[in-house]
Amino acid sequence: MPALCRDCEAIIAPARRCPHCGSPRVLQHDELFDLSIAHMDCDAFFASVEKRDNPDLRDKPVIIGGGKRGVVSTACYIARIKGVRSAMPMFQALKLCPEAVVIKPRGDHYAAVSREIRAFMDDLSPSIEPLSLDEAFIDMTGTERLHGAPPAVMLVKLINRMERELRLSGSIGLSHNKFLAKIASDLDKPRGFAVIGRGETDDFLREKPVRMIWGVGQAAQASLDKAGIRTFQDLRRWERNELIQRFGKFGDRLYHLARGIDHRPVSNRTPVKGISNETTFFEDTADRELLEGHIWRLAEKVSDRAKAKDRAGRVVTLKLKLSNHRILTRRQSLDDPTQMADRIFRTAKTLFDGVDQGPFRLIGVGLSELYPAGDADRSHDLLDPDAPRRNAAERATDALREKFGKDAIVKGRSLR
Amino acid sequence: MKFSIERGTLLKAVGQAQSVVERRNTIPILANVLIEADANSVSFRATDLDIEVVDKTVAQVERPGATTVSAVTLHEIVRKLPDGALVDLTDDGISGRLTVQAGRSNFSLATLPKEDFPVMASSEYTANFSAPAPVLRRLFDKSKFAISTEETRYYLNGVYMHVATGEDGQVLRCVATDGHRLARIDAPLPEGADTMPGVIVPRKTVNELRKLLDDDEVQIAVSVSETKVRFATPEITLTSKVIDGTFPDYSRVIPTGNTRQLEVDAAEFAKAVDRVATVSSERSRAVKLALDEDRLVLSVNAPDAGAAEEELAVAYGDERLEIGFNAKYLLEIASQVDRENAVFLFNSSGDPTLMREGNDTSAVYVVMPMRV
Repeated sequence: MPALCRDCEAIIAPARRCPHCGSPRVLQHDELFDLSIAHMDCDAFFASVEKRDNPDLRDKPVIIGGGKRGVVSTACYIARIKGVRSAMPMFQALKLCPEAVVIKPRGDHYAAVSREIRAFMDDLSPSIEPLSLDEAFIDMTGTERLHGAPPAVMLVKLINRMERELRLSGSIGLSHNKFLAKIASDLDKPRGFAVIGRGETDDFLREKPVRMIWGVGQAAQASLDKAGIRTFQDLRRWERNELIQRFGKFGDRLYHLARGIDHRPVSNRTPVKGISNETTFFEDTADRELLEGHIWRLAEKVSDRAKAKDRAGRVVTLKLKLSNHRILTRRQSLDDPTQMADRIFRTAKTLFDGVDQGPFRLIGVGLSELYPAGDADRSHDLLDPDAPRRNAAERATDALREKFGKDAIVKGRSLR
Repeated sequence: MKFSIERGTLLKAVGQAQSVVERRNTIPILANVLIEADANSVSFRATDLDIEVVDKTVAQVERPGATTVSAVTLHEIVRKLPDGALVDLTDDGISGRLTVQAGRSNFSLATLPKEDFPVMASSEYTANFSAPAPVLRRLFDKSKFAISTEETRYYLNGVYMHVATGEDGQVLRCVATDGHRLARIDAPLPEGADTMPGVIVPRKTVNELRKLLDDDEVQIAVSVSETKVRFATPEITLTSKVIDGTFPDYSRVIPTGNTRQLEVDAAEFAKAVDRVATVSSERSRAVKLALDEDRLVLSVNAPDAGAAEEELAVAYGDERLEIGFNAKYLLEIASQVDRENAVFLFNSSGDPTLMREGNDTSAVYVVMPMRV
């Protein structure tokens, strides 16, 4: 059976300890050197970055999340021992772990660190599909000759390099498709490396709950429950046609996943479906002027991201969350895709003017039905003859910000 | 209530009613048509609370009375009855059922009490005038394509009918725009219309009104107030609320200084636009017009799908010009021209373009170019 030492990165004969360095972290698996689809997931990424940057926090429970009102975005492993979980409301997390240090997320910083990790991954394979800042699929198929080592070795090296150079740890799931690789990376966390081979796929899945499937949320779970499907074994009893009839396209996918089959390629070109940003307030507010300021800032953020991605959208969405957590969304289709903050803002504001409820705890602005930037803003509104001038001003503002930094020039209403 | 009526007459009346009724209703009575029979006529009334239509028609009334019944169901039944059938409608006033009987077919439909039927409050009309059907038909047919569907700009969701000053004095004018194109259609001002307030007639009303205008010989009685508008033929009365909003000042968006003139056979032009646009499947298909001495080259270039080009002989004597338009908008505008050549007046490739039929300034269209 092939085996590999996770510390000295040497290929060894199967053993409890590495004959070279004595480490007990030995990986062994029949298909270890035959599998090439990997999922890399950083361990408590945001919290780990904070701990790395501030060693005082090392032995303290750390929670990353927004203020006393928000939810937990990431909890470090110490906080997790106390029961704190991602997406848990902050007050509940603090009840479980009152001594926790709460840190507001530093999105830009995490994105920068994420880019460093991405650069490491780019050295392994041209085919990387990031799912978020802290996880990505890596397709290592056909790289063995290039690297002179099987994928498993290169993945061990990747994790070791992250620990050595960035002082951050991650876990690897290695399998024969994305679905199983993603499941595997979660099996051995933190600092994990788990393998699901072809030979064991059936046995592995049999008793597992179907909610393990990425994308099966509460609603899908409920309709699966209704059909008496709880585990993969239950799922396998269904004919393909029955599943398609009952669940549509998703049913076909379920049929295949039940058998551990997933043909989706690792793709670095996952089409972006929409761009959106939102803000949760510290205190609910109905102040229209203040909210308008937020709409402008969100519109500008969305526009910046659209411009950076060379995309434009034809549908502007306004999302509002009321004090009772009820969500209102309003959308407006434009005749012509746009990437201009001014147009996004004006559209979102008109939508907002049509809403007479409040106060709100959250506001969001989104752009969807995306098109290439070349299709954007190709015609003007007859009834808004000033629009071309405002667009020119926005382009000029963008150029200034590009040169002198984001705050070089701002609109008055962004200060509201 | 009991009366007999010819199937064709009934179909027309109920057809008008069921098209006013909204398909999705939370208030059951609004799905119904109110049928009222008096000595020798029957009226059919339907409403969606914004529009009310009443069709009064002759019938052999045996017993006067009134009731309400689902407009859609009644329409479906009458539609499926054989042509020329005589239909008996009977409501005994006790059973809560309306029986519809024709030949050997018998139907029994649930009714709702007539007292529940909302009747639109009448309005103090400030202007009453009469206009020939063809005049109104032209005003609305040529403008309605430009009505906006954007709900946030609700004041553009209709045709702005008002009194304006044209080149030869006062006119009755209809304007519609969605911000991309605009139509401005004038007709001689009918007597008594000068006191009319400007009103925005909603899209649905325009579509319902169209059904009253098919007969060239009919005079339409028009009544207008600040909040309502009414169009009536001897049989049918259509009353509608108008859109409560201010129509934008359209006069400043109609270019006056465009000098580069293109004259082209509208039908040939429309066909050519349609042909070249075929290669692009985009939602907003851009057609490029390249103009040179008496020559127009239409082209579409869709990088993913293909390219097309077509040349037309035209009358053009100005400098070279390249300008892009949404194919759909060009087509719609060109298809408004029915008698003479289409005359386009351009300024630059970024400015609004004006189109009219020959030298006729009573129908003017504006279309915004798009970058190609």
